[in-house]
Amino acid sequence: MRPILMKGHERPLTFLKYNREGDLLFSCAKDHTPTVWFADDGERLGTYRGHNGAVWCCDVSRDSTRLVTGSADQSVKLWDVQTGTQLYTFNFNSPARSVDFSVGDKLVVITTDPFMGNPSTIQVKRIARDPADQTSDSVLTIKGPQGRINRAVWGPLNKTIISAGEDSIIRIWDTETGNLLKESDKETGHQKTISSLHMSADKSHFLTGSADKSAKLWDARSLTLLKTYQMDRPVNAVAISPLVDHVVIGGGQEAVNVTMTDRRAGKFEAKFYHKILQDEIGGVKGHFGPINALAFNPDGRSFSSGGEDGYVRLHHFDPDYFSIRM
Amino acid sequence: MAAATALSMPEIENKAMNLGIDLSTIDLDKIVLPPGDDFGIKSDDEDILHEEEAPEFETGYGNVIVVDNLPVVSPEKFAKLEGVIRKIYSQTGVIKEGGLWMPVNPDTNMTLGYCFIEFNTAQEAKEAKEKTDGYKLDKSHIFVVDMFDDIERYMNVPDEWTPAEIKPYEAGDHLQHWLTDEKARDQFVIRAGTVTEIFWNDARQLRPDPVYQRQYWTDSFVQWSPLGTYLATVHRQGAAVWGGKSTFNRIHRFPHNQVKHIDFSPGERFLVTYSSQEPSNPRDTHRVVLNIFDLRTGKLMRDFKGSVDDFTTGGSGGLSGISWPIFKWGGGKEDKYFARIGKNAIYVYETETFILVDKKSYKVDNVVDFSWSPTDSILALFVPELGGGNQPARVSLVQMPGKVELRQKNLFSVSDCKMYWQSNGEYLAVKVDRYTKTKKSTYTGFELFRIKERDIPIEVLELDNKNDKIIAFAWEPKGHRFAVIHGDGPRPDVSFYSMKTGGITARVSKLTTLKAKQANALYWSPAGRFIVLAGLKGFNGQLEFYNVDDLETMATGEHFMCTDIEWDPTGRYVATAVTSVHEMENGFHIWSFNGKLLYRIPKDHFFQFQWRPRPPSLLSPEKEEEISRNLRKYSKKYEAEDQDVSLALSEQDRKKRRALQEEWETWTARWKQHHEEERELRLQLRDGEPSDDEGSQEQYEAKEVEAEEVLDVHEEIVD
Repeated sequence: MRPILMKGHERPLTFLKYNREGDLLFSCAKDHTPTVWFADDGERLGTYRGHNGAVWCCDVSRDSTRLVTGSADQSVKLWDVQTGTQLYTFNFNSPARSVDFSVGDKLVVITTDPFMGNPSTIQVKRIARDPADQTSDSVLTIKGPQGRINRAVWGPLNKTIISAGEDSIIRIWDTETGNLLKESDKETGHQKTISSLHMSADKSHFLTGSADKSAKLWDARSLTLLKTYQMDRPVNAVAISPLVDHVVIGGGQEAVNVTMTDRRAGKFEAKFYHKILQDEIGGVKGHFGPINALAFNPDGRSFSSGGEDGYVRLHHFDPDYFSIRM
Repeated sequence: MAAATALSMPEIENKAMNLGIDLSTIDLDKIVLPPGDDFGIKSDDEDILHEEEAPEFETGYGNVIVVDNLPVVSPEKFAKLEGVIRKIYSQTGVIKEGGLWMPVNPDTNMTLGYCFIEFNTAQEAKEAKEKTDGYKLDKSHIFVVDMFDDIERYMNVPDEWTPAEIKPYEAGDHLQHWLTDEKARDQFVIRAGTVTEIFWNDARQLRPDPVYQRQYWTDSFVQWSPLGTYLATVHRQGAAVWGGKSTFNRIHRFPHNQVKHIDFSPGERFLVTYSSQEPSNPRDTHRVVLNIFDLRTGKLMRDFKGSVDDFTTGGSGGLSGISWPIFKWGGGKEDKYFARIGKNAIYVYETETFILVDKKSYKVDNVVDFSWSPTDSILALFVPELGGGNQPARVSLVQMPGKVELRQKNLFSVSDCKMYWQSNGEYLAVKVDRYTKTKKSTYTGFELFRIKERDIPIEVLELDNKNDKIIAFAWEPKGHRFAVIHGDGPRPDVSFYSMKTGGITARVSKLTTLKAKQANALYWSPAGRFIVLAGLKGFNGQLEFYNVDDLETMATGEHFMCTDIEWDPTGRYVATAVTSVHEMENGFHIWSFNGKLLYRIPKDHFFQFQWRPRPPSLLSPEKEEEISRNLRKYSKKYEAEDQDVSLALSEQDRKKRRALQEEWETWTARWKQHHEEERELRLQLRDGEPSDDEGSQEQYEAKEVEAEEVLDVHEEIVD
């Protein structure tokens, strides 16, 4: 089916997130204004105004009432999804890179970039049921890894936090003590910056994408490397299909080189791989810049991609997609 | 560790126990043996160390020369002699202050007949030695000039001769082993990043099969010898050739500092190495050094040194920069001659003696280009127009030895000529660019020489539209056809011509023209008949596989951004590669001769792809013909093999898939179990919110319900 082209951002997309029911799609971009869309027809529903810098990441609570966004303006904001009002602002002394609600939505894990001599951190904040009671105290602060931490997410049962970033190592942290539990192997793991990390719906395994032109699938408890998907381009975004055994991987030539060669050289397709066999299934073209964000609708029947070109493309799968046999 | 008195591990453990030592607390790497004592344990590195030659030390006297055979003079004449010497040597370089020292016999106050001169640089000293050794001051005083370092070295030569140790004969490696491959596969070498790898092209399995790989094998590039026997690597200290049965062993080293280019003679008898040294002072000459080695013995046969101007393509223009190879090899596979061009002359050398044929160069005024026939000792040379058109340009064929002019053709208003030999030396095509009457533009024609026919007839060929620009020209290997890409537009035409049409007196004629092709390069199969029309660079890698026998396109393809194309030596496969001219898409693809993409290998920082050449077939032409007649008989066997392999492959594939699937299922089963076990805990985290479907697996059924409802009943009478 023809994709729905969603114009609304003026700068490159950074992140995409569906709510649990899959009727809303939240998009973040470098243009300061996270936006919410109807996930079915791509109609723009509203924006969240208030950030003063690129918005890197967002997450929506299970009941679709709260949205949390992390921005380069050194703040993380909590929003009311329906009204678009700011409920609370967490201020930091460096840009916030990633945010993720815990199971139960009572906690949120935030990563901040290394900036002006401050090292990168992973911080856990408690989200109060009533916004009036909200405080900015950190429940837990983890420091340690060198370089930017591009993504940190909750492991099963909120017992662990899984982080990945510029040093190309995936780490599992204990959420009670803040201790490092496991580290990915340097030999078999990624060789360059890990740009993205996507957790499966049941939090049993997760997929990482890296500038080393590969995506890897890991067990979320043991950090065992399960699969490697070899690409021919740096990977910026990954997503696991909740419905079929597919993963989608996107990326492309670095943005600074895009104008220097033929458009086809950029490899701005979203590539589908068979999750188990690791074979390429096909690609979805369309963007004219690298793909920065990918997300599957929780029903697995559509997916959306966000590009450096500032567009979100919403694709509903054709019926024959579900009958692909490898 | 190759211990002389090797202890087994249990013995060691026992011993340690007796001595009360806990072995696990000892870091073996930290144990250092007293110097000079190896306790009977030989180091593995020793051999390697000894294998390398003793390093050369700088004595610091490299810039000092010794001039002998000077007149012996009294103190009165000392200053005069010193002045003369200073005058002679300040021409070749700068003598250091106080760098001229003429020792004096303290008893007689007479000089001793020699002096030392210290120059600023070693290079100047070398040049001074070369220029003044043998200089005649007068009849009885002929200079003998030596480097100071050499004297020292010769002093150390022992007076008594000791016979050289005769090494026992060691059987050499089987250098042609790769030709005995059971599956008759071909090899290729690739260079990506710092690694050089050699593979079999296993087209049946649709993948390359590794043979050998090595990191930092070469400093700049690798090159197969023309018959595929050796692989040459290039290093700072010189070139090396490698070969052998299964691994690649070093066969020979050819010392040549800062070597830049290498070239094999076509029969693999000789190796030419080249280096050039840019002067630090721009006024100095740019010097080049060429060495010719015997490939089998590693012996230096002859070296050529000189300024770069001596080696640039002659002509009056005095072009800067050399065109490699400087020496072109002639006389077919026997490597009988090699030649280079100079100003107003061609220097032809014999490999028998390594001196000029007839002891002198072959004078041709204003010659600018020459080439050898690939099979015979025939030189083709080109002399441009002179005297503003009064003296026509000329292409002539000269037989070696004897320098007999076999054929000559004068050409008028020529701007440039290019020569193309057919691989069997049967035909020579000369592409002639001529000025139009206004002299503002040029047009192109061809002069076709039939070398093997009596009197070497020449035919003139002009394209249908003679104003077309010629983009590429290529002879069919061992054949009688050639292909030309011509045209000015963005989509040029490709034409095929044959030299063998029209009954007894053969004539050249056009076979066909393909209109508007995205092609700018031609790659004939080494077996002839098939050709790849390639659109490199601006055409982004368009490929067309064309059958010239049937004049039809077999397949078209694309290797996006492709930079290099090479047929394998048998003409069965084509490799297309994107080398690291640009950063993206690096890697290579392998195609069948008829344009089916077999497999592709992406490699970052991909520098080089080269098929290993094969020596010519040992079969007689009759035998070859017989085989091609009975091809069906032979092919049956191979087809059956092919089928077996493909069956085995699909079976393998099935097995692998099943294994992967099963492995995955054990994982998912484990996850499901965890998920169930943690259900309660998750519920608590969610404050008892009941729905535990993780948002996704909500199964619902869409039902289409048809319902009918009667809205109204109305009767109407129709007549």
